[in-house]
Amino acid sequence: MTSIRLLGRWVINSVLRLGRATMFLTATLVGVFWILRRFQLILQQVFAVGVLTVLIIAVSGLFVGMVLGLQGYNTLVDFGAESSLGLVVALSLTRELGPVLTALLFAGRAGSALTAEIGLMKATSQLAGMEMMAVDPIERVMAPRFLAGFIAMPLLAAMFTAIGVLGGYLIGVGMLSVDSGVYWTSMQEGVDVYDDILNGVIKSVVFGFVVTWIAVFEGYDAAPTSEGVSRATTRTVVIASLAVLGLDFILTSLMFSEI
Amino acid sequence: MSRNALELWVGLFVVAGLAALAMLALRVGNLSTVNVTDAYKVTASFQNVGGLHVKAPVTMAGVKIGRVSNIQIDREDYSAIVELSIDRRFNNLPTDTSAAVLTSGLLGAQYVGLEPGGEDTHLKQGDRIEITQSAVVLEQLIGQMLFSKAQGDR
Repeated sequence: MTSIRLLGRWVINSVLRLGRATMFLTATLVGVFWILRRFQLILQQVFAVGVLTVLIIAVSGLFVGMVLGLQGYNTLVDFGAESSLGLVVALSLTRELGPVLTALLFAGRAGSALTAEIGLMKATSQLAGMEMMAVDPIERVMAPRFLAGFIAMPLLAAMFTAIGVLGGYLIGVGMLSVDSGVYWTSMQEGVDVYDDILNGVIKSVVFGFVVTWIAVFEGYDAAPTSEGVSRATTRTVVIASLAVLGLDFILTSLMFSEI
Repeated sequence: MSRNALELWVGLFVVAGLAALAMLALRVGNLSTVNVTDAYKVTASFQNVGGLHVKAPVTMAGVKIGRVSNIQIDREDYSAIVELSIDRRFNNLPTDTSAAVLTSGLLGAQYVGLEPGGEDTHLKQGDRIEITQSAVVLEQLIGQMLFSKAQGDR
């Protein structure tokens, strides 16, 4: 009996949270229009969320590309198809690894920082203080952070993919015996700008939206204690990562299924 | 951090992101090689297109001049209607050009090869290529070979 009651409580709480998150999102989206007048606030957040994340994205992209080059070559060479290495590296990066890995890293690096910052603002009553001064914290604090994450994520994913392709080139052409021209032409033959690259960009836009939404909401919704902030930060990384992976499956099945 | 430095960093970040996108579109993708919008369409009907699929290349003398844009079945005679999008630069193909579904390598992907004819008139948008040669289906070929071998033994 109690277990059924617990289940009911869990369902009610989840629906309540979802409702709060949606109301929060609408308020933030309205706030985005107001905050566009204060461009400096957005710039600061793009710096914190985007520029400071470039290093981890660039290094991960390089290594993922190099691993793809190495693994792809070792598999393809058995079939005498090492000329398709460029295609393998580029397709797996543009379609899947670029957007997904960037979103996971973004959730870990930028999302957790957003949640911790906002949660701490709440715990130290800064948000309440703003309301006292008739400054809307959603407009002043949440909207620029949300917009910054939304802008930064697709750009970071594009960088990840581009650097990954170069990493594959470094290994495939520099270390192993793939011809440089063959690497690029096999890529250009097989990668379609609309079907592959544009769909990858759409994925990264969706992931950027979802990850930033979760991160900012978790911070806003955190219990105003040090324990609450730590729990909210953990939840951001876990929920955002799961959401990215789940959404990725849905988007992939919508985009890349043939008829 | 001063306002100028902040703006510089964010500007650099956006430029780097857009440069990465441009590199993906031009260097990785095929935006630089094929202009999709500037093409004219002709159709050809085949008895069997084998493993031909949409977006397969259309070549002439081994050079890629277009793509397969659509494959359908003819409701009247049950043959396959293949729609070919050919680059406008190659708008001087003779009307008696023939088309064949070929395979690159023994087991490679299939493509449409065009063989120019000798007419003075040229193919236009919506024209139909009359002379076609179907795909070679490996199983049928092996079946025929086994059959003729069995006949020869008798």
